[in-house]
Amino acid sequence: MAEYSALSILKNAFAGNRDWKPAWRKPEPKPTYDVIVVGGGGHGLSTAYYLAKEHGISNVAVIEKGWLGSGNVGRNTTAVRSNYLLPENSRFYEFSMKLWENLSHELNYNVMFSQRGVLNMAHTPGQLDDFARRGNALRHIGADSVMMTTAEIARLIPALDVSGSARFPIIGGLMQWRAGTARHDAVAWGYARGADRRGVDILENCEVTGFLREGDRIVGVSTSRGEIRANKVALAVAGSTGQVMRLAGIDRMPIESHVLQAFVTESLKPFLDTVVTYGAGHFYMGQSDKGGLIFGGDLDGYNSYAQRGNLPLVEEVMSETLAMFPGLARVRLLRSWGGLTDMSMDGSPIITTGPLPGLYLNCGWCYGGFKATPSSGFCFAWTIARDEPHPLTAAFTLDRFHRGLVIDDKGQGSTPRLH
Amino acid sequence: MLIPCPYCGQRDVSEFTYQGDGNRTRPNPSSTDRAAWNAYVYDRTNPAGEHREIWQHSGGCRAHIVVVRNTLTHAVVASSMARARTRADRREPT
Repeated sequence: MAEYSALSILKNAFAGNRDWKPAWRKPEPKPTYDVIVVGGGGHGLSTAYYLAKEHGISNVAVIEKGWLGSGNVGRNTTAVRSNYLLPENSRFYEFSMKLWENLSHELNYNVMFSQRGVLNMAHTPGQLDDFARRGNALRHIGADSVMMTTAEIARLIPALDVSGSARFPIIGGLMQWRAGTARHDAVAWGYARGADRRGVDILENCEVTGFLREGDRIVGVSTSRGEIRANKVALAVAGSTGQVMRLAGIDRMPIESHVLQAFVTESLKPFLDTVVTYGAGHFYMGQSDKGGLIFGGDLDGYNSYAQRGNLPLVEEVMSETLAMFPGLARVRLLRSWGGLTDMSMDGSPIITTGPLPGLYLNCGWCYGGFKATPSSGFCFAWTIARDEPHPLTAAFTLDRFHRGLVIDDKGQGSTPRLH
Repeated sequence: MLIPCPYCGQRDVSEFTYQGDGNRTRPNPSSTDRAAWNAYVYDRTNPAGEHREIWQHSGGCRAHIVVVRNTLTHAVVASSMARARTRADRREPT
Protein backbone atom coordinates (compact mmCIF):
# COMPACT_ATOMS: atom_id res chain seq x y z
CA MET A 1 0.00 0.00 0.00
CA ALA A 2 1.20 3.49 -0.75
CA GLU A 3 2.29 5.38 2.34
CA TYR A 4 -0.21 8.16 1.69
CA SER A 5 -3.71 7.05 0.65
CA ALA A 6 -7.28 7.72 1.65
CA LEU A 7 -7.20 4.54 3.73
CA SER A 8 -3.96 5.44 5.55
CA ILE A 9 -5.27 8.93 6.34
CA LEU A 10 -8.43 7.41 7.79
CA LYS A 11 -6.51 4.78 9.75
CA ASN A 12 -4.13 7.34 11.20
CA ALA A 13 -6.98 9.67 12.02
CA PHE A 14 -8.56 6.98 14.18
CA ALA A 15 -5.18 6.23 15.76
CA GLY A 16 -4.77 9.88 16.74
CA ASN A 17 -2.17 10.54 14.02
CA ARG A 18 0.56 9.11 16.24
CA ASP A 19 1.88 6.53 13.76
CA TRP A 20 3.09 8.73 10.90
CA LYS A 21 6.77 8.26 10.17
CA PRO A 22 8.99 11.31 9.48
CA ALA A 23 9.26 11.86 5.73
CA TRP A 24 13.02 11.32 5.90
CA ARG A 25 15.50 10.10 8.52
CA LYS A 26 18.27 12.20 10.07
CA PRO A 27 21.15 9.75 9.69
CA GLU A 28 24.75 10.17 10.81
CA PRO A 29 27.18 10.34 7.86
CA LYS A 30 28.75 7.02 6.88
CA PRO A 31 32.49 7.10 6.06
CA THR A 32 31.95 6.05 2.42
CA TYR A 33 29.22 6.12 -0.21
CA ASP A 34 29.03 5.18 -3.89
CA VAL A 35 27.89 8.69 -4.80
CA ILE A 36 27.82 12.00 -2.92
CA VAL A 37 25.40 14.61 -4.24
CA VAL A 38 26.35 18.08 -2.95
CA GLY A 39 23.28 20.29 -2.65
CA GLY A 40 19.97 19.31 -1.04
CA GLY A 41 17.74 21.41 -3.27
CA GLY A 42 15.28 20.19 -5.87
CA HIS A 43 17.92 19.10 -8.38
CA GLY A 44 20.16 17.34 -5.85
CA LEU A 45 17.25 15.47 -4.29
CA SER A 46 15.76 14.42 -7.62
CA THR A 47 19.22 13.29 -8.76
CA ALA A 48 19.52 11.06 -5.68
CA TYR A 49 15.97 9.76 -6.21
CA TYR A 50 16.58 8.76 -9.84
CA LEU A 51 20.02 7.31 -9.01
CA ALA A 52 18.27 4.94 -6.61
CA LYS A 53 15.18 4.27 -8.70
CA GLU A 54 16.48 4.13 -12.27
CA HIS A 55 20.04 2.93 -11.75
CA GLY A 56 19.87 0.91 -8.53
CA ILE A 57 22.52 3.10 -6.85
CA SER A 58 21.11 3.70 -3.39
CA ASN A 59 24.32 4.01 -1.36
CA VAL A 60 24.10 7.75 -1.87
CA ALA A 61 24.46 10.78 0.40
CA VAL A 62 22.86 14.15 -0.29
CA ILE A 63 24.84 16.84 1.52
CA GLU A 64 23.09 20.10 2.33
CA LYS A 65 24.70 23.14 3.98
CA GLY A 66 21.47 24.40 5.53
CA TRP A 67 18.17 22.63 5.91
CA LEU A 68 16.51 20.72 3.13
CA GLY A 69 14.96 22.94 0.50
CA SER A 70 16.25 26.19 2.05
CA GLY A 71 17.58 27.51 -1.25
CA ASN A 72 16.01 28.16 -4.62
CA VAL A 73 13.57 25.23 -4.55
CA GLY A 74 11.66 27.17 -1.90
CA ARG A 75 12.29 30.63 -3.35
CA ASN A 76 11.05 30.39 -6.95
CA THR A 77 7.68 31.50 -8.30
CA THR A 78 6.64 27.87 -9.02
CA ALA A 79 5.99 28.15 -12.77
CA VAL A 80 6.50 25.04 -14.91
CA ARG A 81 6.66 25.35 -18.70
CA SER A 82 8.58 24.13 -21.74
CA ASN A 83 8.07 27.00 -24.19
CA TYR A 84 11.67 27.48 -25.35
CA LEU A 85 12.77 28.20 -28.89
CA LEU A 86 15.89 26.12 -29.44
CA PRO A 87 15.45 22.34 -29.75
CA GLU A 88 18.21 21.52 -27.22
CA ASN A 89 16.20 23.40 -24.62
CA SER A 90 12.62 22.69 -25.68
CA ARG A 91 13.13 18.90 -25.98
CA PHE A 92 14.72 18.79 -22.55
CA TYR A 93 12.04 20.92 -20.88
CA GLU A 94 9.26 19.04 -22.68
CA PHE A 95 10.66 15.81 -21.24
CA SER A 96 10.52 17.51 -17.85
CA MET A 97 6.89 18.47 -18.47
CA LYS A 98 6.04 14.82 -19.10
CA LEU A 99 7.69 13.84 -15.82
CA TRP A 100 5.74 16.61 -14.06
CA GLU A 101 2.47 15.26 -15.41
CA ASN A 102 2.97 12.01 -13.49
CA LEU A 103 5.05 13.31 -10.57
CA SER A 104 2.46 13.22 -7.77
CA HIS A 105 1.66 9.61 -8.68
CA GLU A 106 5.33 8.68 -9.10
CA LEU A 107 6.29 10.08 -5.68
CA ASN A 108 3.00 9.23 -3.92
CA TYR A 109 3.22 12.83 -2.76
CA ASN A 110 0.86 15.57 -3.87
CA VAL A 111 3.04 18.20 -5.55
CA MET A 112 -0.13 20.05 -6.58
CA PHE A 113 0.94 20.26 -10.22
CA SER A 114 -1.74 22.38 -11.83
CA GLN A 115 -1.73 22.69 -15.62
CA ARG A 116 -3.38 26.08 -15.67
CA GLY A 117 -1.43 27.38 -18.66
CA VAL A 118 1.32 29.96 -19.08
CA LEU A 119 0.50 32.93 -21.31
CA ASN A 120 3.18 35.21 -22.80
CA MET A 121 1.68 38.51 -23.90
CA ALA A 122 2.78 40.40 -27.00
CA HIS A 123 2.68 44.18 -27.33
CA THR A 124 4.17 44.77 -30.77
CA PRO A 125 3.62 43.09 -34.16
CA GLY A 126 7.30 42.08 -34.15
CA GLN A 127 6.86 40.36 -30.80
CA LEU A 128 3.77 38.57 -32.06
CA ASP A 129 5.73 37.28 -35.08
CA ASP A 130 8.48 36.13 -32.73
CA PHE A 131 5.93 34.27 -30.58
CA ALA A 132 4.43 32.62 -33.67
CA ARG A 133 7.89 31.42 -34.61
CA ARG A 134 8.52 30.03 -31.12
CA GLY A 135 5.04 28.47 -31.04
CA ASN A 136 5.66 26.76 -34.37
CA ALA A 137 9.08 25.54 -33.20
CA LEU A 138 7.39 24.04 -30.13
CA ARG A 139 4.64 22.32 -32.12
CA HIS A 140 7.33 20.97 -34.41
CA ILE A 141 8.92 19.02 -31.55
CA GLY A 142 5.51 17.89 -30.29
CA ALA A 143 5.02 20.36 -27.44
CA ASP A 144 1.76 22.29 -27.23
CA SER A 145 1.48 25.98 -27.94
CA VAL A 146 -1.27 28.18 -29.33
CA MET A 147 -1.63 31.83 -30.28
CA MET A 148 -4.39 33.80 -28.57
CA THR A 149 -6.14 36.97 -29.70
CA THR A 150 -6.71 39.96 -27.45
CA ALA A 151 -10.43 39.09 -27.22
CA GLU A 152 -9.62 35.55 -26.05
CA ILE A 153 -7.12 36.90 -23.53
CA ALA A 154 -9.68 39.38 -22.19
CA ARG A 155 -12.18 36.53 -21.67
CA LEU A 156 -9.55 34.39 -19.93
CA ILE A 157 -8.20 37.12 -17.62
CA PRO A 158 -10.90 39.74 -17.02
CA ALA A 159 -8.73 41.83 -14.67
CA LEU A 160 -6.13 42.51 -17.34
CA ASP A 161 -5.93 45.96 -18.92
CA VAL A 162 -6.56 45.10 -22.57
CA SER A 163 -7.68 48.59 -23.55
CA GLY A 164 -6.06 50.25 -26.53
CA SER A 165 -5.11 53.12 -24.23
CA ALA A 166 -2.76 51.03 -22.09
CA ARG A 167 0.83 52.29 -22.23
CA PHE A 168 1.77 49.05 -24.02
CA PRO A 169 -1.48 47.65 -25.47
CA ILE A 170 -1.81 43.87 -25.59
CA ILE A 171 -2.19 42.67 -29.17
CA GLY A 172 -2.08 38.91 -28.64
CA GLY A 173 -0.24 36.18 -26.86
CA LEU A 174 1.32 32.73 -26.90
CA MET A 175 -0.33 30.19 -24.60
CA GLN A 176 1.01 26.85 -23.44
CA TRP A 177 -1.96 25.13 -21.83
CA ARG A 178 -0.05 22.15 -20.42
CA ALA A 179 2.25 24.49 -18.49
CA GLY A 180 1.31 25.63 -15.02
CA THR A 181 2.48 25.65 -11.43
CA ALA A 182 3.48 23.17 -8.73
CA ARG A 183 3.91 23.50 -4.97
CA HIS A 184 7.68 23.84 -4.72
CA ASP A 185 8.13 22.70 -1.10
CA ALA A 186 6.18 19.54 -1.81
CA VAL A 187 8.51 18.79 -4.73
CA ALA A 188 11.54 18.95 -2.42
CA TRP A 189 9.84 16.91 0.32
CA GLY A 190 8.42 14.36 -2.11
CA TYR A 191 11.79 13.68 -3.73
CA ALA A 192 13.49 13.65 -0.32
CA ARG A 193 11.06 11.04 1.01
CA GLY A 194 11.28 8.98 -2.17
CA ALA A 195 15.08 8.98 -2.04
CA ASP A 196 15.18 8.30 1.71
CA ARG A 197 12.83 5.30 1.44
CA ARG A 198 15.19 3.83 -1.18
CA GLY A 199 18.16 4.12 1.19
CA VAL A 200 19.64 7.52 0.36
CA ASP A 201 21.11 9.39 3.38
CA ILE A 202 20.08 13.05 3.47
CA LEU A 203 22.63 14.93 5.57
CA GLU A 204 21.43 18.39 6.52
CA ASN A 205 23.55 21.10 8.17
CA CYS A 206 26.57 19.56 6.51
CA GLU A 207 28.68 22.10 4.63
CA VAL A 208 31.35 21.06 2.15
CA THR A 209 34.64 22.68 3.18
CA GLY A 210 36.97 20.98 0.72
CA PHE A 211 37.57 18.06 -1.60
CA LEU A 212 39.55 14.88 -0.94
CA ARG A 213 41.85 13.98 -3.80
CA GLU A 214 44.04 11.14 -4.93
CA GLY A 215 46.25 12.61 -7.60
CA ASP A 216 43.90 14.43 -9.95
CA ARG A 217 40.91 12.39 -8.92
CA ILE A 218 38.20 13.63 -6.54
CA VAL A 219 37.54 10.84 -4.00
CA GLY A 220 35.29 12.57 -1.49
CA VAL A 221 34.60 15.73 0.44
CA SER A 222 35.56 17.17 3.79
CA THR A 223 32.55 18.65 5.51
CA SER A 224 31.54 20.35 8.72
CA ARG A 225 30.48 16.86 9.87
CA GLY A 226 33.75 15.13 8.96
CA GLU A 227 35.31 13.53 5.91
CA ILE A 228 33.09 11.49 3.59
CA ARG A 229 34.52 9.44 0.74
CA ALA A 230 32.86 8.36 -2.49
CA ASN A 231 33.78 7.15 -5.97
CA LYS A 232 31.72 9.90 -7.50
CA VAL A 233 30.99 13.41 -6.28
CA ALA A 234 28.17 15.27 -8.01
CA LEU A 235 27.57 19.00 -7.60
CA ALA A 236 24.10 20.54 -7.80
CA VAL A 237 24.70 23.77 -5.90
CA ALA A 238 23.22 26.38 -8.30
CA GLY A 239 24.32 29.88 -7.28
CA SER A 240 27.16 28.56 -5.11
CA THR A 241 28.79 26.69 -8.00
CA GLY A 242 31.66 29.16 -8.27
CA GLN A 243 32.40 28.91 -4.54
CA VAL A 244 32.36 25.11 -4.47
CA MET A 245 34.41 24.80 -7.66
CA ARG A 246 36.99 27.10 -6.10
CA LEU A 247 37.40 24.51 -3.32
CA ALA A 248 38.23 22.02 -6.08
CA GLY A 249 40.89 24.39 -7.43
CA ILE A 250 38.94 25.75 -10.41
CA ASP A 251 38.65 29.50 -10.01
CA ARG A 252 36.96 30.51 -13.27
CA MET A 253 33.59 29.31 -14.51
CA PRO A 254 31.21 30.51 -17.26
CA ILE A 255 28.81 31.58 -14.50
CA GLU A 256 27.88 34.72 -12.59
CA SER A 257 25.75 34.65 -9.43
CA HIS A 258 22.95 37.20 -9.42
CA VAL A 259 19.96 37.98 -7.21
CA LEU A 260 16.37 37.50 -8.34
CA GLN A 261 13.58 38.89 -6.20
CA ALA A 262 10.08 37.50 -5.81
CA PHE A 263 6.96 38.84 -4.14
CA VAL A 264 3.69 37.61 -2.69
CA THR A 265 0.58 39.61 -1.82
CA GLU A 266 -2.04 39.02 0.84
CA SER A 267 -4.57 36.32 -0.04
CA LEU A 268 -7.24 37.31 -2.54
CA LYS A 269 -10.29 35.50 -3.83
CA PRO A 270 -9.79 33.67 -7.15
CA PHE A 271 -8.38 36.33 -9.44
CA LEU A 272 -5.99 34.70 -11.90
CA ASP A 273 -6.34 31.03 -12.89
CA THR A 274 -3.35 30.97 -15.21
CA VAL A 275 0.24 32.25 -15.22
CA VAL A 276 0.72 35.40 -17.22
CA THR A 277 3.87 37.19 -18.39
CA TYR A 278 4.24 40.80 -19.49
CA GLY A 279 6.02 41.26 -22.78
CA ALA A 280 6.76 44.98 -22.55
CA GLY A 281 9.01 44.43 -19.56
CA HIS A 282 10.05 41.35 -17.66
CA PHE A 283 7.29 40.22 -15.35
CA TYR A 284 5.28 37.10 -14.50
CA MET A 285 2.44 36.41 -12.11
CA GLY A 286 0.40 33.48 -10.85
CA GLN A 287 -1.96 32.91 -7.95
CA SER A 288 -1.31 30.27 -5.32
CA ASP A 289 -4.02 27.93 -4.09
CA LYS A 290 -3.93 29.88 -0.82
CA GLY A 291 -4.85 33.02 -2.76
CA GLY A 292 -1.63 35.05 -2.72
CA LEU A 293 -0.47 36.53 -5.99
CA ILE A 294 3.08 35.34 -6.58
CA PHE A 295 5.10 37.43 -8.98
CA GLY A 296 8.54 38.60 -9.97
CA GLY A 297 10.46 40.44 -12.62
CA ASP A 298 14.00 40.91 -13.77
CA LEU A 299 17.26 40.26 -11.99
CA ASP A 300 18.62 43.17 -9.99
CA GLY A 301 21.37 43.06 -12.58
CA TYR A 302 24.65 42.96 -10.65
CA ASN A 303 26.69 40.13 -9.11
CA SER A 304 25.31 39.19 -5.70
CA TYR A 305 25.36 36.40 -3.13
CA ALA A 306 23.21 38.33 -0.66
CA GLN A 307 19.86 36.54 -1.26
CA ARG A 308 18.18 39.94 -1.06
CA GLY A 309 17.78 42.71 -3.59
CA ASN A 310 17.35 46.45 -3.76
CA LEU A 311 14.44 48.85 -4.04
CA PRO A 312 14.73 50.13 -7.65
CA LEU A 313 13.84 46.66 -8.92
CA VAL A 314 10.94 46.43 -6.45
CA GLU A 315 9.60 49.70 -7.84
CA GLU A 316 9.98 48.45 -11.42
CA VAL A 317 8.13 45.19 -10.70
CA MET A 318 5.30 47.04 -8.97
CA SER A 319 4.92 49.43 -11.90
CA GLU A 320 4.71 46.44 -14.25
CA THR A 321 2.06 44.89 -11.99
CA LEU A 322 -0.05 48.01 -12.27
CA ALA A 323 0.49 48.37 -16.02
CA MET A 324 -1.08 44.93 -16.41
CA PHE A 325 -3.58 44.95 -13.55
CA PRO A 326 -4.56 48.53 -12.60
CA GLY A 327 -7.10 47.05 -10.16
CA LEU A 328 -4.35 45.71 -7.90
CA ALA A 329 -3.19 49.19 -6.85
CA ARG A 330 -4.46 48.83 -3.27
CA VAL A 331 -3.54 45.21 -2.67
CA ARG A 332 -0.98 44.86 0.10
CA LEU A 333 2.32 43.13 -0.41
CA LEU A 334 2.88 40.41 2.17
CA ARG A 335 6.48 39.43 1.65
CA SER A 336 9.45 39.69 -0.69
CA TRP A 337 12.67 37.72 -0.84
CA GLY A 338 15.69 37.04 -3.03
CA GLY A 339 17.22 33.94 -4.52
CA LEU A 340 20.76 33.27 -5.66
CA THR A 341 20.75 32.41 -9.38
CA ASP A 342 23.58 30.80 -11.35
CA MET A 343 23.50 32.77 -14.59
CA SER A 344 25.36 30.97 -17.35
CA MET A 345 26.92 32.77 -20.31
CA ASP A 346 24.28 31.61 -22.80
CA GLY A 347 21.25 31.22 -20.54
CA SER A 348 21.28 27.42 -20.82
CA PRO A 349 22.27 24.87 -18.17
CA ILE A 350 25.32 22.67 -17.76
CA ILE A 351 24.96 18.93 -16.99
CA THR A 352 28.20 17.09 -17.54
CA THR A 353 30.88 14.73 -16.34
CA GLY A 354 34.00 16.41 -15.01
CA PRO A 355 35.65 18.84 -15.23
CA LEU A 356 37.85 16.76 -12.87
CA PRO A 357 37.95 12.95 -12.73
CA GLY A 358 35.39 11.72 -10.20
CA LEU A 359 33.44 14.99 -10.37
CA TYR A 360 30.04 15.62 -12.02
CA LEU A 361 28.56 19.04 -12.54
CA ASN A 362 24.98 20.34 -12.72
CA CYS A 363 24.63 24.14 -12.81
CA GLY A 364 23.86 27.21 -14.91
CA TRP A 365 20.08 27.11 -14.40
CA CYS A 366 19.78 30.88 -14.49
CA TYR A 367 16.39 31.63 -12.97
CA GLY A 368 14.54 28.75 -14.64
CA GLY A 369 15.70 25.73 -12.69
CA PHE A 370 12.49 24.80 -10.90
CA LYS A 371 10.65 23.58 -14.00
CA ALA A 372 13.64 21.37 -14.80
CA THR A 373 13.72 19.67 -11.38
CA PRO A 374 12.51 16.23 -12.56
CA SER A 375 14.41 16.05 -15.85
CA SER A 376 17.58 17.62 -14.44
CA GLY A 377 17.72 14.91 -11.77
CA PHE A 378 16.79 12.19 -14.27
CA CYS A 379 19.47 13.15 -16.80
CA PHE A 380 22.11 13.98 -14.18
CA ALA A 381 21.57 10.59 -12.50
CA TRP A 382 22.04 8.96 -15.92
CA THR A 383 25.28 10.93 -16.44
CA ILE A 384 26.60 9.91 -13.02
CA ALA A 385 25.60 6.24 -13.31
CA ARG A 386 26.85 5.69 -16.86
CA ASP A 387 29.68 8.23 -17.08
CA GLU A 388 28.19 9.59 -20.28
CA PRO A 389 25.65 12.31 -21.00
CA HIS A 390 21.96 11.53 -21.43
CA PRO A 391 21.02 12.19 -25.10
CA LEU A 392 18.74 15.06 -24.00
CA THR A 393 21.54 16.86 -22.18
CA ALA A 394 24.47 15.97 -24.45
CA ALA A 395 24.63 19.58 -25.68
CA PHE A 396 24.77 21.02 -22.14
CA THR A 397 28.53 20.66 -21.82
CA LEU A 398 30.88 22.92 -19.88
CA ASP A 399 33.31 23.35 -22.78
CA ARG A 400 30.66 24.47 -25.27
CA PHE A 401 31.54 28.11 -24.60
CA HIS A 402 35.14 27.68 -25.66
CA ARG A 403 34.11 25.55 -28.65
CA GLY A 404 31.61 28.01 -30.08
CA LEU A 405 28.58 25.77 -29.41
CA VAL A 406 26.55 28.05 -27.17
CA ILE A 407 22.78 27.51 -26.79
CA ASP A 408 21.56 31.07 -26.54
CA ASP A 409 17.74 30.97 -26.54
CA LYS A 410 17.38 34.74 -26.17
CA GLY A 411 20.35 35.69 -28.34
CA GLN A 412 21.84 37.95 -25.69
CA GLY A 413 25.48 36.88 -25.92
CA SER A 414 27.74 36.46 -22.92
CA THR A 415 25.90 39.01 -20.76
CA PRO A 416 24.50 36.84 -17.96
CA ARG A 417 22.33 39.54 -16.38
CA LEU A 418 20.27 39.79 -19.60
CA HIS A 419 19.36 36.10 -20.04
CA MET B 1 22.38 50.43 -2.32
CA LEU B 2 24.43 53.62 -2.63
CA ILE B 3 27.39 53.92 -4.96
CA PRO B 4 29.96 56.69 -4.43
CA CYS B 5 30.66 58.29 -7.79
CA PRO B 6 34.14 59.87 -7.62
CA TYR B 7 32.73 62.96 -9.35
CA CYS B 8 29.17 63.29 -7.97
CA GLY B 9 29.44 61.65 -4.53
CA GLN B 10 27.04 59.11 -2.98
CA ARG B 11 24.18 58.36 -5.36
CA ASP B 12 21.38 55.78 -5.47
CA VAL B 13 22.02 52.59 -7.46
CA SER B 14 19.10 53.43 -9.77
CA GLU B 15 21.26 56.17 -11.35
CA PHE B 16 23.88 53.61 -12.42
CA THR B 17 24.13 50.97 -15.13
CA TYR B 18 26.04 47.80 -14.43
CA GLN B 19 28.71 47.12 -17.05
CA GLY B 20 29.90 43.82 -15.62
CA ASP B 21 32.91 42.14 -14.15
CA GLY B 22 35.96 44.42 -13.94
CA ASN B 23 38.49 41.65 -13.36
CA ARG B 24 38.71 40.68 -17.00
CA THR B 25 41.49 41.93 -19.26
CA ARG B 26 40.72 42.20 -22.94
CA PRO B 27 43.48 40.69 -25.05
CA ASN B 28 45.34 42.98 -27.40
CA PRO B 29 42.86 43.60 -30.29
CA SER B 30 45.35 42.20 -32.78
CA SER B 31 45.75 38.99 -30.75
CA THR B 32 44.67 35.76 -32.44
CA ASP B 33 45.01 33.70 -29.25
CA ARG B 34 41.62 31.97 -29.22
CA ALA B 35 41.98 30.64 -25.68
CA ALA B 36 42.67 34.14 -24.36
CA TRP B 37 39.64 35.61 -26.17
CA ASN B 38 37.38 32.77 -24.99
CA ALA B 39 38.55 33.28 -21.42
CA TYR B 40 37.91 37.02 -21.70
CA VAL B 41 34.40 36.58 -23.09
CA TYR B 42 33.13 33.60 -21.07
CA ASP B 43 35.08 32.96 -17.86
CA ARG B 44 34.37 34.73 -14.57
CA THR B 45 35.86 34.58 -11.08
CA ASN B 46 32.43 35.31 -9.57
CA PRO B 47 33.65 35.74 -5.96
CA ALA B 48 31.48 35.76 -2.84
CA GLY B 49 33.08 38.80 -1.26
CA GLU B 50 34.91 41.76 -2.74
CA HIS B 51 34.33 42.04 -6.46
CA ARG B 52 35.85 44.57 -8.85
CA GLU B 53 33.26 45.73 -11.36
CA ILE B 54 32.54 48.47 -13.90
CA TRP B 55 29.50 50.73 -13.54
CA GLN B 56 28.43 53.76 -15.54
CA HIS B 57 26.81 56.73 -13.84
CA SER B 58 24.34 56.84 -16.71
CA GLY B 59 21.78 58.91 -14.82
CA GLY B 60 24.38 61.45 -13.73
CA CYS B 61 27.80 62.48 -14.98
CA ARG B 62 27.93 59.48 -17.35
CA ALA B 63 31.45 58.56 -16.19
CA HIS B 64 32.52 54.93 -16.21
CA ILE B 65 33.75 53.95 -12.78
CA VAL B 66 35.51 51.00 -11.20
CA VAL B 67 33.71 49.90 -8.04
CA VAL B 68 34.93 47.36 -5.50
CA ARG B 69 31.78 45.97 -3.89
CA ASN B 70 31.14 43.11 -1.49
CA THR B 71 28.74 40.70 -3.19
CA LEU B 72 27.68 39.22 0.17
CA THR B 73 26.64 42.52 1.78
CA HIS B 74 26.37 44.94 -1.20
CA ALA B 75 28.71 47.34 0.68
CA VAL B 76 30.91 49.40 -1.63
CA VAL B 77 34.54 49.39 -0.52
CA ALA B 78 36.11 51.68 -3.11
CA SER B 79 35.35 53.51 -6.34
CA SER B 80 37.52 55.29 -8.88
CA MET B 81 37.35 56.58 -12.43
CA ALA B 82 37.72 53.79 -14.98
CA ARG B 83 39.81 56.03 -17.20
CA ALA B 84 42.59 56.08 -14.61
CA ARG B 85 42.83 52.33 -14.93
CA THR B 86 42.71 52.46 -18.74
CA ARG B 87 45.64 54.89 -18.79
CA ALA B 88 47.59 52.64 -16.46
CA ASP B 89 46.83 49.64 -18.67
CA ARG B 90 47.94 51.50 -21.76
CA ARG B 91 51.40 51.98 -20.30
CA GLU B 92 51.83 48.23 -19.87
CA PRO B 93 53.75 46.53 -22.68
CA THR B 94 51.50 44.30 -24.78
